[in-house]
Amino acid sequence: MKTSIATILINGLLVGLTVVSLFPLLWMLSVSFMHAGEASMLPPPLLPQAPTLENYRELLTRGGMPRYFANSFLLASVVTLVSLLFNAMAGYAFAKLQFTGQARLFRAMMGALVIPGQVAMMPLFLLLKQFGLVNSYGGIVVPAMASIFGIFLVRQYALSIPDALLQAARIDGAGEFRIFLRIIVPLLAPILTSLALLTFLGSWNDFMWPLIVLNDDRLQTLPVALASLSREHAQDGELMMAGSVVTVLPVLVLFFALQKYYIRGLLVGSVKG
Amino acid sequence: MRLPAAAWAFVAPATLVVGVFFVLPVLAGFALSVTDFDIYSLASLRNLRFVGIDNYLDLLGTPLFWQALGNTLYFVAVGVPLSIGLSLGCALLLHSRLARFQSFFRTALFAPVVTTLVAVAVVWRYLFQTRYGMVNHALAQAGIDPIDWLGDPHYAMPTIILLAVWKNFGYNMVILLANLQTIPDDIYAAARIDGASPLQQLWRITLPILQPTLILVGILTTAGYFQLFAEPYVLTQGGPLRSTVSVLYFMYEEGFKWWNFGTASTAAVLLFLLIFAVTRGLARLSGREAAA
Repeated sequence: MKTSIATILINGLLVGLTVVSLFPLLWMLSVSFMHAGEASMLPPPLLPQAPTLENYRELLTRGGMPRYFANSFLLASVVTLVSLLFNAMAGYAFAKLQFTGQARLFRAMMGALVIPGQVAMMPLFLLLKQFGLVNSYGGIVVPAMASIFGIFLVRQYALSIPDALLQAARIDGAGEFRIFLRIIVPLLAPILTSLALLTFLGSWNDFMWPLIVLNDDRLQTLPVALASLSREHAQDGELMMAGSVVTVLPVLVLFFALQKYYIRGLLVGSVKG
Repeated sequence: MRLPAAAWAFVAPATLVVGVFFVLPVLAGFALSVTDFDIYSLASLRNLRFVGIDNYLDLLGTPLFWQALGNTLYFVAVGVPLSIGLSLGCALLLHSRLARFQSFFRTALFAPVVTTLVAVAVVWRYLFQTRYGMVNHALAQAGIDPIDWLGDPHYAMPTIILLAVWKNFGYNMVILLANLQTIPDDIYAAARIDGASPLQQLWRITLPILQPTLILVGILTTAGYFQLFAEPYVLTQGGPLRSTVSVLYFMYEEGFKWWNFGTASTAAVLLFLLIFAVTRGLARLSGREAAA
């Protein structure tokens, strides 16, 4: 008897919290299928009277959305691929190879992990301007080609690779880079998947840096374009919701598909040093 | 191994990127904060002068900077406890043996974490709209008069806090849940045999075991919340009456709207020092040398 009340209470609370956490997302989806102005009625409707794709059609034809979508996708993909390679190489070397200054360099990196990036923003902008990278994709990609967090994530995982494996390969005469590609990368696959997912989502969702670096309208990413669109089209709630769906859906789908890897990356990353 | 050259080749690309595009700019940021770098220096470095601590003194005499500081502290002081409290509550609920459909609930509660902040901030604007917003509509059912969430200086920051808490609590929830799952069941079994009530078990067993993790996520969340920017940028543009200008928002406007890189760097350095001091203080307070 007592147990059943507790069961109802606990599951009831979970249902309530889940409703709160999903409602804004479901409401966004629902309103995106409404006709213009339909959401601004009293009482505010939960579901579209006659679902329509007109908002999506408008985004496709007039909003420049396909371009922003392509920009976001391209930038997140390139950042992910390049940084994955560099972080994997460095993380592996910190864990399994020996070189002078190794411990000191790693400690320095861990120390720098606590510095919030904003102190670097103004000088980084000037530096990129010097290289002619402001207002270009390079301004986003170049600074993101490696990350301390990524190096750390790979290193933690690579520590568990047995040394005997590497020694055997060396005795067989394999070169270091060949060992890395043929033996190490496959072993690191799970953590590399996690890191790739975290990097892609982080890059896709990033706002402040693209806002600063990409002024040219044609280069903008989805979040930046969405923010400026929402300032211009404040009245068009239905259109804005469609824009939000287009921005959020890809990352949500990726997350649902690869949830296990995402959570693993998050957990390894949260337990520092 | 005797392969220092090969090893260096492995770390060099990443180290170079981190060094040139992060460490160097950080150091330069400190340097910029003692200069009068502005739009004229952007044209020619000959217009750049060393001004010592003038920027710092100026900033500490700027009311808007103090307001930004106050707003940010308000956001952190209310947002972090709410966030962690909700994370902890949800983790405990999910961990309960009585909870059904755990993986469904966990995924659903975590979903806001992966969404794009700008997109959900846009959704928030319509949900909290005074006249047609769902939130006021729901409040009206309870007999509460409409609230001008984003137009009233008293409610704008709370609305932003609600957004941040809604979006972020899932992150720490997952970390705390993973920690809970490492606690062996026989500890609770032994406690039950000794007649400990569920509340006593929570207070005497669960929370002490979770404490180090709670402190860690508390410190990381605090550091993250100090860097408030996109929420006010999209929801309120710093208004109304500048009640949602955060330190970072202030820095962004100084730097990238007015091109006062000197002042902007000073604000960034002060924010950095503040985050450092507060997180250190938290670590010290909890009597533990946490990694942060």
